[in-house]
Amino acid sequence: MAIEVQLPSQLRPFVGGAAKVSVEATSVGGLIEALATQHAGLRDRLLEPSGELRRFVRIFVNEEDIRFLQDEKTALKAGDTVAIVPAIAGG
Amino acid sequence: MSGFKELIKRVKGEIREVNVEQARAAIANGAAIVDVREADEWADGHVPGAVHISRGLLEQRIEDAVKDKAAVVVAYCAGGTRSAFAARTLAELGYTNVVSLVGGFGKWKEAGQPIVMPATLSAEQKRRYSRQLLVPEVGEAGQQRLLKSKVLLVGAGGLGSPAGLYLAAAGVGTLGLLDSDVVDVSNLQRQILHTNASVGTPKTTSGAATIRALNPDVNVVEHNLRLDSGNVMDVIAPYDVIVDGCDNFSTKYLVNDAAVLTKKTVIYGSIYRFEGQATVFTPGAGPCYRCVFPEPTPSELAPSCDEAGVLGVLPGTVGLIQATETLKVLLGRGRSLVGRLLTYDALESSYREYKLRRDPKCAVCGDAPTIREVTDLEWSCHFEPKPVPVGL
Ligand SMILES: [Zn+2]
Repeated sequence: MAIEVQLPSQLRPFVGGAAKVSVEATSVGGLIEALATQHAGLRDRLLEPSGELRRFVRIFVNEEDIRFLQDEKTALKAGDTVAIVPAIAGG
Repeated sequence: MSGFKELIKRVKGEIREVNVEQARAAIANGAAIVDVREADEWADGHVPGAVHISRGLLEQRIEDAVKDKAAVVVAYCAGGTRSAFAARTLAELGYTNVVSLVGGFGKWKEAGQPIVMPATLSAEQKRRYSRQLLVPEVGEAGQQRLLKSKVLLVGAGGLGSPAGLYLAAAGVGTLGLLDSDVVDVSNLQRQILHTNASVGTPKTTSGAATIRALNPDVNVVEHNLRLDSGNVMDVIAPYDVIVDGCDNFSTKYLVNDAAVLTKKTVIYGSIYRFEGQATVFTPGAGPCYRCVFPEPTPSELAPSCDEAGVLGVLPGTVGLIQATETLKVLLGRGRSLVGRLLTYDALESSYREYKLRRDPKCAVCGDAPTIREVTDLEWSCHFEPKPVPVGL
């Protein structure tokens, strides 16, 4: 099913400038993989070469950090909102 | 020595003493409260409704303050000794229902009983802060608290400017300004502590002058330096709260670790182009920065220094969220952003909130911390210009 993904400024250039995109997925891991496949350049931003999620990127499902859910295995259902929030350091 | 011990023992035998709970009950029933401490002790806070008559002036002044000699009078001092002598003096003057609070104001405070700060605002201060004195959540006691507060602004740039100006205007008594840069003309699009005339001067000098011109109540402490593991503990020691408005990951992790180790609250803010983040990190009450981001974004993936570009008004919004949270923390009012990451997207005009939790595996505040002292993190701002496809 289609899941809405909120993207931070840094990642918007990789999806043509959009603040959010819709991705077909049933789990967070599947969603990240689909994003990384559909949008060249996102893979490197979100995943380590090993395929693990990068530690400076937080993924929230409906405001909850997936590290406190089931990480990449967290299941997604229709209506869920996924947000990608990276560490930023501008002041 | 034994002379004094014998005397106090005899005096305590002649008077009635009450504990905090009994004093509270007597006060609730309308007892008069007499604070017999010195003026400087009184100025640091007292029992609500108390009259202040230092022990040396008690005989002269008590009859004006408490006319009914049969009234219940609760006398207190700092620890219960001076008030014991005061109770005996009052009995000699004919007061028949005097009690002395055992343990004094110290025990009262310890028991979590309400205290108030005396109204010692000057006429000028009453005018200056009148609009926030009218806010019940601030009032005179809150204003006194702000005037006694010490806040360190790490970074006198985009976030530190609006935060510093408003905290100064609100009457935060001591503001530390920490920055090692000099004012550049390219800063002025957003760093409103500085002016055209201050280009080329240290940001600390320029910012301090602006703050002093705004509010002479504020003691501005200039820290014209870059934080590192060797100076951070000494620099932050005097401050109650740290406002993180720095522009690099090295300082963010250093400030976080030092604050966790010293149990100080950090008011976090960060900006990138037209997007901002803010939260409050209070050790023991919620997560720390490392719980949220265990590692910094590598510089090649994070053009997040000011060269990366930022909409000039954005730090205004985020810096003022930080200033607001700072005032709430200092006043102990409202629900802070502890445990919540607030993000603001200026392009979308949207605010979002995410839950932040303490990570039991956190390297500095987790159950088995591996970071027990501050260390420097190697991270440098390295920006490769990339095309920006959006219309800014
Ligand atoms: Zn932590």
